[in-house]
Amino acid sequence: MSPTNPMNRRKDRIDDLAATAGGTDTLVREAGTVDEKPGVSLIASAWKRLRRNPVFLLGAVITLLFVVLALFSPFIAPNDPAAAPLIDQVRQQTNPIPGPQPGFPLGGDNAGRDFLSRLLVGSQQTLIVGVFATVFGLAGGMSLGILAGAFGGWVDALVMRIVDVLLSIPSLLLAFSIAALASRPSQLTVIIAVAAVQVPIFARLLRGSMLAQRHSDHVLAARALGVSERAVVFRHMLPNSLGPLIVQSTLVLATSIIDAAALSFLGLGNPDDRRPEWGAMLGSAQQFIYDNPHLAVYPALCIIVVALGFTLMGESLREALDPKSRR
Amino acid sequence: MARFIIRRLLQMVGVVFILSLLLFFWLRSLPGGTVSAILGERATPETRAALTKALGLDQPVWVQYAKFLGRALRGDFGASTKVLPGADALDIFFSRFPATIELSFFSLAIAVVLAIPLGYVSARRANGVLDSGLVIASLVGVAVPVFFLAFLLKYQLAVEHNVFPVSGRQDSLGCTRVTNFFVLDGLLTREFDCSVSALKHLVLPSIALATIPFAVIYRITRASVIEVLGEDYVRTAESKGLTARVIRGRHVLRNALLPVVTTIGLQTGGLLAGAVLTETVFNFGGIGSALADAFRNRDYAVLQVLILAAAVIYVVINLLVDIAYAVIDPRVRTR
Repeated sequence: MSPTNPMNRRKDRIDDLAATAGGTDTLVREAGTVDEKPGVSLIASAWKRLRRNPVFLLGAVITLLFVVLALFSPFIAPNDPAAAPLIDQVRQQTNPIPGPQPGFPLGGDNAGRDFLSRLLVGSQQTLIVGVFATVFGLAGGMSLGILAGAFGGWVDALVMRIVDVLLSIPSLLLAFSIAALASRPSQLTVIIAVAAVQVPIFARLLRGSMLAQRHSDHVLAARALGVSERAVVFRHMLPNSLGPLIVQSTLVLATSIIDAAALSFLGLGNPDDRRPEWGAMLGSAQQFIYDNPHLAVYPALCIIVVALGFTLMGESLREALDPKSRR
Repeated sequence: MARFIIRRLLQMVGVVFILSLLLFFWLRSLPGGTVSAILGERATPETRAALTKALGLDQPVWVQYAKFLGRALRGDFGASTKVLPGADALDIFFSRFPATIELSFFSLAIAVVLAIPLGYVSARRANGVLDSGLVIASLVGVAVPVFFLAFLLKYQLAVEHNVFPVSGRQDSLGCTRVTNFFVLDGLLTREFDCSVSALKHLVLPSIALATIPFAVIYRITRASVIEVLGEDYVRTAESKGLTARVIRGRHVLRNALLPVVTTIGLQTGGLLAGAVLTETVFNFGGIGSALADAFRNRDYAVLQVLILAAAVIYVVINLLVDIAYAVIDPRVRTR
């Protein structure tokens, strides 16, 4: 940790992560001279270390299982998650939740739908929330980051002031505020709210690593060869900045699923529950939690395992891409 | 040092001003606004128009903002429309503020008191059984949704086994209020049973809120101590034959704690957001639950005050962290 400029620490931390991109290219060059090979790509050398890392493998297996489940759950699920075969067992006053029975190993939910099927199919919407929130956050953050990092000057100053203001609101609070503003809450508003939080973080990350490269040798060389400004930005600076963005994206997949659950809990989530989603299932289970804790526990466990999988992958990727830990 | 603080204060004013501007225009530009929230969907057009006019919502947005800013500078943020109809929004903030501060303080205290020693021990025996267990625990801690953990604690320790109270800030003991910090009030007025009751109510929400800061601070401490332990000056200190205590205090911790201080400051922002969830579960009556109510009801006045206040608190804490940084690290002071 450098004690240099005692400015806002949250920015510094993001910038620290961004700096790992600048460092990698010198290290790749070193590896090339030692091995006397034409050079090992960043991805190849990271993969070499990741392949033997049990933490990464565990995370990758969890993630893979999750994706496979999301793809095939409609075929595995014994019942239609939107149909209500147990509706005649739901007694509003005495017994709102049908218990386990033949054909319905986990019983039903408060609308008489098969809980196991909803849990299985819920993986689909959960994956969609995670992936789209990450993609939206990445797209927004990258556009701002490229604007700031490529142009510099007043564009940079303007973009970064906006980013700083967004960073001055605690992140989850920003997601709550945005979701609360939606006049008609839906899956899309949830995704946007969760993604918006990530935009300033991605923007700062990308801008940091692009600035670090502006005066590096390979960019100077490209400029000297007369490569157009657009190609310098997109072919030379951007690809070298992707490392930290990939790491951050993996971690964001986890946080966006958890944040979406928090939104549902506060009543800011998607009110349409025909297509189940774990966060929404967990959030809406709160009213039955004392008599039927299993309605909350199962979706919560699914979220925890999947979030853990993404986090394990992200953390080991960060280690693999960090020049400090490459030896 | 004074110049540094003044510059940071000016920056802070700028950030808060831009934030107020963004927040104001953004809140006003959305459909389904305050009027529908107060009157409901079935109000007649006449009553809607009357209320729109009474609230000044018929004027251009920038006129509304100028008026808002003028009043805000005088400490008038308007009246709550839905959370506590008619109550002054700033008063709501101040009446709820002590509860959240109390909760955040205890959470952060739990997190710091556990995380730093455990992080140090973990780093000393890196890759041992305890270390691996703690690293896994910290990763799981981040993956658990805060409100679910809060529910789990409440269900197990308050509902099933009556160890701690289910909700609220204090039993009704007829306690005297001085500062509205209930634990402190009990100590000041020597009504110690009041303090004890308030503490009991704090245990579960504090633990729930402390998990994420604990996990983050623990991991930063661990990583930072591992890095410092490899430094030459630590080896020098060891070979000079200094006692383990001196090395730990003066060489390792003093250097390793720099990034930890930063992280603690950063976590305070997260505490505020976490408080929204934890306070709702435990019905704690702080800023968090007021925010949750304001979100649900689109109470703009309350939302504005609370979000601005959260940002101000966050920025102020970051300033304090930077000052603490200058105190710990003499290199920063010389600049």
